[in-house]
Amino acid sequence: MKFTKTLLATTALTVAAGAALAQDMTIVSWGGAYSKSQLKAYHEPYSAKTGVNIINDDSSAEAVAKLRAMNEAGNITWDVVDVVASDAIRLCDEGLALEIDPATQLAPAPDGTSAADDFGDLMVSSCFIPQIVYSTTFGYRTDLVGDTPPSDVCAVFDLETYPGKRSLEKRPINNMEWALLCDGVAKSDVYDVLATDEGQNQALAKLDTIKDSVVWWSAGADTPQLLADGEVIMGSTYNGRLFSVIEEQKQPVAMLWDAQVFDLDGWIIPAGLSEERKQRALDYIYFATDTQRLADQAKYISYGPARASSAPLVGKHADLGIEMAPHMPTDPNNAKNTFLYNYEFWADYRDDIDAKFQAWLAQ
Amino acid sequence: MTDSSAHQPMIAADGLPLKKSLARSLRREKTRALLLIAPLLVFVLLTFIFPIGSMLFRSVENEIVSNILPRTVVELENWDATLGELPDEAVYAAFVADFVAAVEEKNHTRLGSRLNYESSGMSSLFRKSGRKVAKWNPETDGPFKEKLIKADKGWGDPETWAIIKTHSGKYTNGYFLNAVDMQRTPNGIEAQPESKQILIKLFLRTVKMSLIITASCILLGYPVAWILANLPSRSANLLMILVLLPFWTSLLVRTSAWKVMLQNQGVINDTLVWLGLVSNDARLEIINNQFGTIVAMTHILLPFMILPMYSVMQTIPPTYLRAAKSLGATNWTAFWRVYFPQSIPGIGAGSILVFILAIGYYITPEIVGGTEGVFISNRIAYHISSSLNWGLAAALGAILLVVVLVLYWAYDKIVGIDNVKLG
Repeated sequence: MKFTKTLLATTALTVAAGAALAQDMTIVSWGGAYSKSQLKAYHEPYSAKTGVNIINDDSSAEAVAKLRAMNEAGNITWDVVDVVASDAIRLCDEGLALEIDPATQLAPAPDGTSAADDFGDLMVSSCFIPQIVYSTTFGYRTDLVGDTPPSDVCAVFDLETYPGKRSLEKRPINNMEWALLCDGVAKSDVYDVLATDEGQNQALAKLDTIKDSVVWWSAGADTPQLLADGEVIMGSTYNGRLFSVIEEQKQPVAMLWDAQVFDLDGWIIPAGLSEERKQRALDYIYFATDTQRLADQAKYISYGPARASSAPLVGKHADLGIEMAPHMPTDPNNAKNTFLYNYEFWADYRDDIDAKFQAWLAQ
Repeated sequence: MTDSSAHQPMIAADGLPLKKSLARSLRREKTRALLLIAPLLVFVLLTFIFPIGSMLFRSVENEIVSNILPRTVVELENWDATLGELPDEAVYAAFVADFVAAVEEKNHTRLGSRLNYESSGMSSLFRKSGRKVAKWNPETDGPFKEKLIKADKGWGDPETWAIIKTHSGKYTNGYFLNAVDMQRTPNGIEAQPESKQILIKLFLRTVKMSLIITASCILLGYPVAWILANLPSRSANLLMILVLLPFWTSLLVRTSAWKVMLQNQGVINDTLVWLGLVSNDARLEIINNQFGTIVAMTHILLPFMILPMYSVMQTIPPTYLRAAKSLGATNWTAFWRVYFPQSIPGIGAGSILVFILAIGYYITPEIVGGTEGVFISNRIAYHISSSLNWGLAAALGAILLVVVLVLYWAYDKIVGIDNVKLG
């Protein structure tokens, strides 16, 4: 009798635990300060509202390859994945991401504007829900650049006025555009020129003029470390990292916003989820991408919300108490000369130009 | 007695000929041994050989084109790609039929991505055309040649059809050709344009640098192993803990520490400038190049060299050295001719370990190697994670595996694999 009772009790507990486990969601992101901002602005309010337990996984850097492997194995363990827009397009092309209907599955703005209009041109793929606008831009050491601080991106290629090392990303994206821009190509022609072999050679020739003075980075944390140590006098990285170096770590670094390249970071829902998980993921997306939530994330990190209606709601940093609006890449003072990452172009040409770029690097 | 044994076979105690009895008991031993290792063999087969085999198989597998465009592939067999003319209406009609079905299955963009590895522009061609062609009816809306070219002028370029035809086989050597800087074209096998030739250079650089790292590990590790083997055990144990300590720290922490040491404004350069050995403007460039990679990798792989050498050296009796000296050998002769040959199995084991590890590393070269110290494994990692060109990654991996096996075979011929001991 005692044995039966114990057995029943344990079975009941296991079923209850199993049911509780069924209320878990795994959300994948990039880690660090960015994940922390999502935790504060999205995960904690959502868990408080619905009781769903959110498990964080910091594998976004490997998300595309892992989703493809999960799909082939038939076992998708992630519910919502944070990826950059180019990865989202790749996942959508491979059939690994769910198509989203903004009219029914995304929240409209408080004033009634539909989600599709609120996001506008930033809906670059039918599978992708944009979250933040971040930019790749330059920072420079205020004490190592001499008397005239650089004011435009061509200072990077000017070794006479600004002698010293620079740091650039070890991939062609952004570097090729900046090289062509500073080699006299008009901004509207950059991608047409880059599509041709001569254009690609022109960009690599321009980069060749500074090649010996460049330290190549592959992780976002590299340039802030190089700037802080004085290894380089100017370097490119994500604007949020520079914000952290300038405002939080108080290093003598300043931002060079000219020709910053906007990129989008946002959510995708993997294809092939069970109906219950899919509904829960869609419910989370509806909550996490509405106007107030996107504005809330800006309290923790200096990335601009992707919705037009969120911009006026951006307030102060939660810990430092400074106004975030001037530090946003989308702020009018910073956004005088910008590029938007050309997703269509790089989806086509990335592999080809990357091969040439790596061959050039290896010379 | 001596000549009777030459005429009759030997009989064992149970009446069977000795040869048969011996063979049977040997077979029993072998079966017993096989049964003992059977679980491990099954485990290794399931978790190691099958998955890796299936991954390497992707380097020749190309069923995606003929699965998604079956009718087009058949029609294209009649078309000659080398003439530079467009295919005829039959090909276009077959293609539209296949494409409409693919758009419904939503795998046309997957095919576009695959073909984009061969020619930039295919992925957006397939993506954009998908939206337009989705509404066509393959039975009634023909003829399709003009219509398709009007939908997107990429279909009016013979290059597009040449790419589809060249890569339509179920199995392809295209990935392996790409892995050795060549490409598959309608005119046969050609070299890649020079601006894209990098992989062979990286292969050679990887092997060369791995050999240098192995050699420097031998040079630095041998004295340490000697001291460990010849000291009394209390001091030896303490030193052993110091050798093993790096194993217990994270790889990234160790590599980042090298960054701090070797940078232009780093510890080593600052010390040299302070000592006056190097002027402030001419600081040493010891990171972001091959030297930095070699230094960091040697540091990380040294324990793998020291431990096998130490365990082999422990088995060398110290009396041999004393005997050699007592017979009149100098210190050097005693070491070189008596001690060193006995320690070669340990060196062999350590070298194999260090070489195979070095050839596969990509984190450390990525962080401290700059552009000169990049290994082929960095390219494999790029193709797995970013470009998703798993066929090319598998081909590169297969070639790396073959290179290592060839070097292993060469090592066996020169030194002898029976000469490898781990203790």
